[in-house]
Amino acid sequence: MNPNFLDFEQPIAELEAKIEELRHASSGQAFNIDEEVGRLREKLKVKTAEIFRNLTPWQVSQVSRHPARPYTLDYIQAMCEEFHELKGDRMFADDQAIVGGLARINGRSIMIVGHQKGRDTKSKVKRNFGMPRPEGYRKALRLFKLAERFHIPVFTFIDTAGAWPGINAEERGQSEAIARNLLEMADLRVPVICTVTGEGGSGGALAIGVGDRTLMLQYSTYSVITPEGCASILWKSADKAKDAAEVMGLTAPRLLENGLIDKIVREPLGGAHRNPQSMAIRLKAVLLNELDALETLSTDELLERRYKRLRAYGAFSEG
Amino acid sequence: MNWLQKIMTPKTRAPSAAGGKGKVPEGVWEKCAGCGTVLYKPELEKSLMVCPKCGHHHAISARARLAAFFDEGSTTELWPKMEAVDALKFKDQKKYKDRVAAAQKNTGEKDALIAMSGRLLERPLVAVAFEFSFMGGSMGSVVGEKFARAAEKALAEKSGLVCFSATGGARMQEGLFSLMQMAKTSAALARMRDAGVPYISVLTHPTTGGVSASLGMLGDLNVAEPKALIGFAGPRVIEQTVRETLPEGFQRSEFLVDHGAVDVIVDRREMRDKLGSILGILQKAPRAAA
Repeated sequence: MNPNFLDFEQPIAELEAKIEELRHASSGQAFNIDEEVGRLREKLKVKTAEIFRNLTPWQVSQVSRHPARPYTLDYIQAMCEEFHELKGDRMFADDQAIVGGLARINGRSIMIVGHQKGRDTKSKVKRNFGMPRPEGYRKALRLFKLAERFHIPVFTFIDTAGAWPGINAEERGQSEAIARNLLEMADLRVPVICTVTGEGGSGGALAIGVGDRTLMLQYSTYSVITPEGCASILWKSADKAKDAAEVMGLTAPRLLENGLIDKIVREPLGGAHRNPQSMAIRLKAVLLNELDALETLSTDELLERRYKRLRAYGAFSEG
Repeated sequence: MNWLQKIMTPKTRAPSAAGGKGKVPEGVWEKCAGCGTVLYKPELEKSLMVCPKCGHHHAISARARLAAFFDEGSTTELWPKMEAVDALKFKDQKKYKDRVAAAQKNTGEKDALIAMSGRLLERPLVAVAFEFSFMGGSMGSVVGEKFARAAEKALAEKSGLVCFSATGGARMQEGLFSLMQMAKTSAALARMRDAGVPYISVLTHPTTGGVSASLGMLGDLNVAEPKALIGFAGPRVIEQTVRETLPEGFQRSEFLVDHGAVDVIVDRREMRDKLGSILGILQKAPRAAA
């Protein structure tokens, strides 16, 4: 079992290993294996498509937090001609579970803010597993307000299991930090486009997720609580996460159907982690396209539309 | 026992176990959860469920709270027919539909937020209160919509909004609809802020999760009742995450005042006069007669 592949991705891992082996064995040899490699590549493509066509919501949850999934800084690197990271909340600390800064994309000035997870143990700890503390949200807010002052649109990238549930976070006002961002983002006088790139976990995700458009990558998830959290409360067992994921309606197609998000950005065959570069290029094109549409609106129109959109979320009856 | 009952204190659990509103077979005496004194129930109700001996604040229903808060006979209930819709066809060990029906039967309420307009010290005001015994006061689409409408009404009338929260947070059974109520209610509050219409958030026991992290902490004033549990994550989740014992008094009202998250702690019996006076100053109205 290859640890860099999820259990249902193992057939992909095996085919890839076979191709690699063949290529390795043939180097320096006279006989031609191109045909065989070509055949295996085709098989790999078909198999990958087959696996990803039928993912269950629980499998999608796993892809959304795949260890190889691209994170905010990967997208920034692939999308921007320039990026200047800006740190700190000016009050307490710099929370590395959220990164942000001034960027230039196709020549345009953009403020980017996103959750950031780590890859290896050391960087995972440094990034607190992508779970921000209040200072992270306050840094984000500082950057949003900076963008507003200079009339620069905002892109946010959402990828967190949730806000950090720790003693220090509570002491410094985790609730207030999240709440403040919701209010201020509703009112921010520049276009804001939010993209769920991985896990959209609850209030910790929404705290950088209020804006004019909400996009989701095809295999990302967005939910009120993690499947494990939901399972441990409603089923009294985190092992029922699979069942919880089924009923929570957390996949992009379900959320689009319910009018809770605006657009799904298709992922490369086998998921964003199979081809981060092509994912980033596609996302960049969609983001700039969405931004063009928003920039035709006056600020008042933009805010009015944003309010109507936020106000419309909900399903209820009046007897 | 379902998860809601589990997070309730034995005290708050008692009424629904007894069959809820209207049916009170347990008699007229109640033991104070704070000091253990046996109290005559009508007396306890008269002091708004606050123990006359030790000041312990017991749970109070949303309706009783609002009735006691507004000027007598001045209230009109707003949007009383609004009900939840099971948009996700959600089912865990029980169907969401059945949970709602059971909660409606036990509490006599349609959902977890009651909204009213009326007068406070003779000035018009909109107020909302969470009913904790309705699915843990959880916020789904109905709660979010009523709150947003209440804010819009206060804004249109330029009166003011007071919210009494008592909730475990967002309602899981409505999935992302619930999460989006945080954005919706906060957006409505942003409009009130921009227009200078006051909003006072009163945090009562308990206020956690998605409500605390949206409308709960966004008051022009954040007020708390004594010793209320207030926080983002629940104590058990934190304990499991950090694997430490939580400090004494952690996430209680007094802790929040010490850490700068709450303006002031107000005894329920003084809430009406205190908030009425503060609103009078904010709105530059003449001082109300005592």
